[in-house]
Amino acid sequence: MSGLEGLYQQIILDQAKRRNGDGPLDGADAEHHEFNPTCGDEITVRVKLDDDGVRLAELAWQGDGCSISMASASTLAELAVGRPVDEVGGLIEGFRAMLRSQGTGEPDEELLGDAIAFHGVSKYVMRVKCAMLAWVALEAALAKAAPAAPVVE
Amino acid sequence: MSTSDLDTIGQRAVTDLRRDFPAFADGAAYGARPDGGAPVAYLDSAATAQRPARVLDAEREYLEQHLAPVHRGASAAVGRSTTLFEDARATVARFVGAGEREIVWAENATDALNIVALGMADASAGLGGPEASRFALEAGDEIVVTEAEHHANLIPWQRLAARTGARLRAVRIDERGLWSVDALAAELSERTRVVAIAEVSNVTGYLAPVSDVVALVRERSPRAFVVLDACQSVPHLPSDLGALGVDFAAFSGHKMLGPNGIGVLYGRAELLDALPPARTGGSTITRVTIDSAEFLPAPHRFEAGTQPVSQVVALAEAVRYLESLGMAAVAAHERSLAERVAVQLAEVPGVRLIGPPAGSPRAGLVSVAVDGVHAHDVGQFLDDAGVIVRVGHHCAQPLHRALGITATTRASAHVYTTADEMDRFVATLGEVRSFFGVADEVAAVIA
Repeated sequence: MSGLEGLYQQIILDQAKRRNGDGPLDGADAEHHEFNPTCGDEITVRVKLDDDGVRLAELAWQGDGCSISMASASTLAELAVGRPVDEVGGLIEGFRAMLRSQGTGEPDEELLGDAIAFHGVSKYVMRVKCAMLAWVALEAALAKAAPAAPVVE
Repeated sequence: MSTSDLDTIGQRAVTDLRRDFPAFADGAAYGARPDGGAPVAYLDSAATAQRPARVLDAEREYLEQHLAPVHRGASAAVGRSTTLFEDARATVARFVGAGEREIVWAENATDALNIVALGMADASAGLGGPEASRFALEAGDEIVVTEAEHHANLIPWQRLAARTGARLRAVRIDERGLWSVDALAAELSERTRVVAIAEVSNVTGYLAPVSDVVALVRERSPRAFVVLDACQSVPHLPSDLGALGVDFAAFSGHKMLGPNGIGVLYGRAELLDALPPARTGGSTITRVTIDSAEFLPAPHRFEAGTQPVSQVVALAEAVRYLESLGMAAVAAHERSLAERVAVQLAEVPGVRLIGPPAGSPRAGLVSVAVDGVHAHDVGQFLDDAGVIVRVGHHCAQPLHRALGITATTRASAHVYTTADEMDRFVATLGEVRSFFGVADEVAAVIA
């Protein structure tokens, strides 16, 4: 796989168009806005927890950015909704570790599912922030919605 | 425009001139690759330019042969070092049509613009004595910029406005990112105290009608100072700041084949002598007591602390190199490259040229927006094809916001840029939309 196809895997290009979770969310428990000043990409992630505050019941995002950032937001929405908040924290941390790997190692497919498609991004230092944008926003939104939850910094 | 401008600068072939630059040597960053692949095309000179060997050598030679403090002490070595330092000032002054006392060393152009804005803030706070009062702003005064400004020529003025209660007004740009003298005239009044514009937009390549602006400002706003961001003009076009009549101008060494860490503030001598120094300290003063200081005239009143002497000396060598090529020939070369791109882009579907259309005057840079593909993705695709461009907002967020886009893709030329490199930019741009699956969608809609 050439460099470019490794970065822009078909699943990423498809997700960038599918935009799972794109839209408003009424009655959100919390929201967080993230902005990448180097390119102008931005996203607002809104979350709603279930009644006992354990699970991420709903997630929606609105934003504009490159295909990597949009595909990453779409993939995140697919993976995170319905899971316990602490498990989502682990997912985010696993994704962050993969993106910091600079292309080394094997991504943990059991943990990350389809998000392993972003492993190739880790070789492109200038694009890691694009891939992290929605995930960082979700992390902050969850910290606001469930301050007691063990969200890993 | 002759075809030869594409391939030559004056009498020199660009392919020959590239040998002056170590970065284009075989195996170097932008030279022939060991695997036989095409060299990487460096089309980001508007951000920072490659440097000729003689500029690198000049810095090293100074450090090896002449390093000593300047304007401090009495040794012969200090004398030689100081002479080189001040000769460099004279060289830069000659290059831009200024007097020697009108050239102030700064860290870069951003720093130079801040020296003016901060000096005016000091004057507004009452510093600098009666001669500085002409720089004092007060509530109700106005500062005029354009929506196209680089953040470096915007944010210092925002801060000056905030400090003084002055109001910032922005000249509107049109759907191509351009502004007119008429649009600027609409923002001028007797309360205008600063008009800050770029001579060449770093995004659109627009050549501002600076002479017309100066004449208009003198007529409508006699108390206003015209501040010119000359970052994208001095390295690429013939400059005569004195004849142009602006009050202040700023440019950077590293965009004009010189070193990093050195920039230039130009100011009319009578103004520089009165502007309070934003940064103070050693070697800027005449007489110091425990609670007061009096400052030297320009330029030394602004050059506090140890100066970047080796960079200054190397910048002068970069100027001599540009002079050897001839700035009119440099400008003709770069403009012919950008015009060629502008013409070719008209044939590339889904690519929108920002800035002057083909056939209009422009500087040697071209920015585009690609329908349906974010500039970061465009840049990544070009990078993979060995074409280095700048993507993003180019430190001009208000311009992009006014155009309704978050980011653009910019290719920029310098003396060493070839038509082949620019052609590769256009050809690769033509493949972007199909790679990202955008061209097919449009075709499907049409079908």
